[in-house]
Amino acid sequence: MDFFTALGDYGFLRTALLAGLLASLGCGVIGPYVVVKRIGFLAGGIAHSVLGGMGAALYFGFDPLMGALIAAILAALLIGWVKLHWQAQEDTLIGALWAIGMAVGVLFIARTPGYGPDLMSYLFGNILLVPQDALWPMAGLDLVLLGAAILFNRQFLAVAFDEEFAWLRGVPVSVFYLLLLCLVAVTVVLLIQVVGLILVIALLTLPAAIAGHYVHTLARMMVLATVLGAGFTTGGLALAYGNDLPGGASIILLAGAGYVCSALAARLLQRWRVRRAGVAA
Amino acid sequence: MTAAIDIQDLNFSYGGPRVLQDIRLEVPEGEFLGVVGPNAGGKSTLLKLILGLLAPQSGRLRVLGRSPLVARAEVGYVPQYPAFRRDFPITVEQVVLTGRLGRGRLLGGWTRADRAAARQAMAEAEVAALGARRIETLSGGQLQRVLMARALAGAPRLLILDEPTANIDMRAETDIFDLLKSFNRRMTIVVVSHDVAFVSKYVHRVACLNRTLMCHRTEDIDGQAIQDLYGTDVRMVAHRH
Repeated sequence: MDFFTALGDYGFLRTALLAGLLASLGCGVIGPYVVVKRIGFLAGGIAHSVLGGMGAALYFGFDPLMGALIAAILAALLIGWVKLHWQAQEDTLIGALWAIGMAVGVLFIARTPGYGPDLMSYLFGNILLVPQDALWPMAGLDLVLLGAAILFNRQFLAVAFDEEFAWLRGVPVSVFYLLLLCLVAVTVVLLIQVVGLILVIALLTLPAAIAGHYVHTLARMMVLATVLGAGFTTGGLALAYGNDLPGGASIILLAGAGYVCSALAARLLQRWRVRRAGVAA
Repeated sequence: MTAAIDIQDLNFSYGGPRVLQDIRLEVPEGEFLGVVGPNAGGKSTLLKLILGLLAPQSGRLRVLGRSPLVARAEVGYVPQYPAFRRDFPITVEQVVLTGRLGRGRLLGGWTRADRAAARQAMAEAEVAALGARRIETLSGGQLQRVLMARALAGAPRLLILDEPTANIDMRAETDIFDLLKSFNRRMTIVVVSHDVAFVSKYVHRVACLNRTLMCHRTEDIDGQAIQDLYGTDVRMVAHRH
């Protein structure tokens, strides 16, 4: 059946579409910072250790999303602290936090009585199963991200661009660095709904990286990355629905294909420009 | 009048041997001071101390009459090696605007006053026409001027430059020092350089730093002073003031 007709017929599909759009706003606003600041590895660590919080929340009977949010913020602060004060072993420690978080989650889930929750949907997401009442909290998280990015745009720009100079201008660099990681954590929780915690990192970086091929300020990267993210989630959802495929994987593969095509196109465009400049000169 | 920089009996080491020993330096406001010395002589360390990026192990260090941390807001800094990546998606105007942080409001975007100050700083550093350019597309000399504009945008009383002409050609070097000379009318300037002969044409005094520090009025610099500083015979080009 045609995806758009189905959208009119099925409420769960509309919910999935909205969830994808809300998630793309998050990845559009925060993704460019992750890309230009090159903190993809840190973001990956935050995303994976979130499983610990989700497992604990299930075991103790709390809302898994709340558990995810708390775990993500904790992981962000811990990883940020390691990054700021323990740089010599940064790689090892963040890798360890990454795995330990997941191990904690798996243990809690194994010990949770009753029907075990579907681990696969945490890891790889299931956009078609996003409950309708998750949309408002997702919109709330979007507001937090947008608000912080607008209110502190100058400080985030300065810290992302040149930490030493920002410090000399009196900006509390460590505070804003940790705040940025916390915003990454919030984004991760937002995206887990849609693509799961293993695939999050791709949706956080690929739209922003593609945007970086064509526009050259952070603000424009944010706008373009949001639009691209919306395109990938919607397109991936349609693909998944039409062909009975897993939603998260479809979205990520679409984004990945988009990135590869864009990287090739950007390379060709640059070569063409150089050649044209050569002819003109 | 408070001194722009007042250093008494300062010592510093990175945990090993002393990098700076018994440093005494008083820079009155309005001076144009050159700091010269061999590589690893402690020039960059001294700058980092003045900027508050490092703390001395002993001795007294006041900048504009206050501790370096408090004085930060009124000090402009032009680094030798910028700490940012050249491919960062940012325009020249945005880079210069970051020099306005620490002045004005905490939340939200740049104010009209910030933009006006950035425009003026770009005009003074002669990069007004480059405002919309990405920093990736700039030449070494252009980038150096943009970094100077960024430092000027904060309306500093003390401007500190680390090897501002290390990566650019001779003619651009003269241009940049002519600019500095004009800024010197309203602010104190400290410039680190490897080129004694060149800077002594512009500065009032030269501080020669090789773990310890000796100051010379530019009239007094001769072969002996330079030889004492570098420890070996150095070829020197005589110049008249």
